[in-house]
Amino acid sequence: MNPLVELNNITYKAQNKTILDIPEFQICAGEFLGIMGPNGAGKSTLLKVLAFLENQSSGAILYRGEVIPKGNVPLELRRKFSIALQQSLLLDGTVFHNIAIGLTLRKMPKTVIKEKVAHWLELFGISHLAKKNALYLSGGEAQRVNLARAMIIEPEILFLDEPFSALDFPTKIKLMEDFKGIIETARTTAVFVSHDLMEINYLTNRLAIIVNGEVKQSGPTPRVLEHPNSSTASFLNEWKKFYPLAR
Amino acid sequence: MELLIDGIKKAFDMILSGDREVFAITWLTLKVCLISILISTLIGLPLGILLGLTRFKGRRILLLFINIGMGLPPVVAGLWITMLLWRSGPLGDLTLLYSPTAIVMAQILVSLPIVTSLTCTAFQQISEKMLLQIKALGATRMQTLIILIKQLKIAILAAIMAGFGRVIAEVGAAMMVGGNILGDTRILTTTIVMEVSKGNFDIALALSFILLSVALLITAALTFLQQRKRIS
Repeated sequence: MNPLVELNNITYKAQNKTILDIPEFQICAGEFLGIMGPNGAGKSTLLKVLAFLENQSSGAILYRGEVIPKGNVPLELRRKFSIALQQSLLLDGTVFHNIAIGLTLRKMPKTVIKEKVAHWLELFGISHLAKKNALYLSGGEAQRVNLARAMIIEPEILFLDEPFSALDFPTKIKLMEDFKGIIETARTTAVFVSHDLMEINYLTNRLAIIVNGEVKQSGPTPRVLEHPNSSTASFLNEWKKFYPLAR
Repeated sequence: MELLIDGIKKAFDMILSGDREVFAITWLTLKVCLISILISTLIGLPLGILLGLTRFKGRRILLLFINIGMGLPPVVAGLWITMLLWRSGPLGDLTLLYSPTAIVMAQILVSLPIVTSLTCTAFQQISEKMLLQIKALGATRMQTLIILIKQLKIAILAAIMAGFGRVIAEVGAAMMVGGNILGDTRILTTTIVMEVSKGNFDIALALSFILLSVALLITAALTFLQQRKRIS
């Protein structure tokens, strides 16, 4: 499978500290890639580097085999990706306005925007909230708006940074179920950062474990979870005490 | 109480009788205040955004001076502008002293730090994550700026209102650089001071009501802009 994004000898340093040191890493089309690791392992930084939102300190990032010049990422390329963070970070305005923002920024015709927003509002089950101010939504509703806002631009890669972690358990389960259905139907390539084994196990088909800024193990999610290597065993086994691995 | 009622009556008389002098003074007051706050906004808004969103060498020192400027006594501002425009001063050749332009300059000096500092404070509260999210939505730098200005509309208009409050209330600097010349640089605040010194309390009170009405109208318009279309 041809990789969409490749990292070659990437390092990311901040305040003289190496946050990431990754010799080789790829995102392939159609996969739902999970990135898991302990707090401070560099998961979110890796996500930002992959999404061209942070510049690497050294090394090369390739998009469809072409090296993308560091610090000079074309807007058209940046617009192929979207991101949903842990905090929904919605704007003061209606839910409709929030979901439409990505299309508005791309100067889409108003009729197209209206049509697409209505479609995504329905898919995420939030049509009834369209005229509500997004700042007055519950956590679960806000995260649905956040995900719809990210999905509406039909990104080539969707980056997710712990979007379910702040939700209560029933809300999380319902949203994850709906989201899985939506993303499978849309066949969107996704990169999902989480420290929650249950979320990773439910959503992803490939998993990379990152510890101290290095990818210690990667492969199909069930295989990584069932056969952790010496570098990832202690981290994964702690989790496995709490969650059964049945998919 | 009687004086207060007399003042209100006098104010109505002045307005209804179409007193040309009062209208001219009110118009000049409105003109210099609006021009001052417009220029302060045109400079203070981008400067405040720059200070709020970016980090550069000397930023903190610049911010310190701007914050000190918020408490700049108007008479000090007036004195500086006077020295600048004095015949032998650096801008003496422009012969602007005792002109409405000089009043505008003094009012900019007292309102610019307020608009800049309050705008900076608003923009500084934008989190890195919010900026990242807007960038990730595919916004260009200009689009990011427009989104942020719309998001911070309430705080920005509050900064402009605070600046306007300062210029409409300003008297010391206007007196010093304008000279309170009838038909040329006499504005409502300087006229009130003059009438009080002459013992004409009823006229002073009447003018104070007119001044308050002007301030109220402008502030109400800005408040309307600030608060409209807030959906719950």
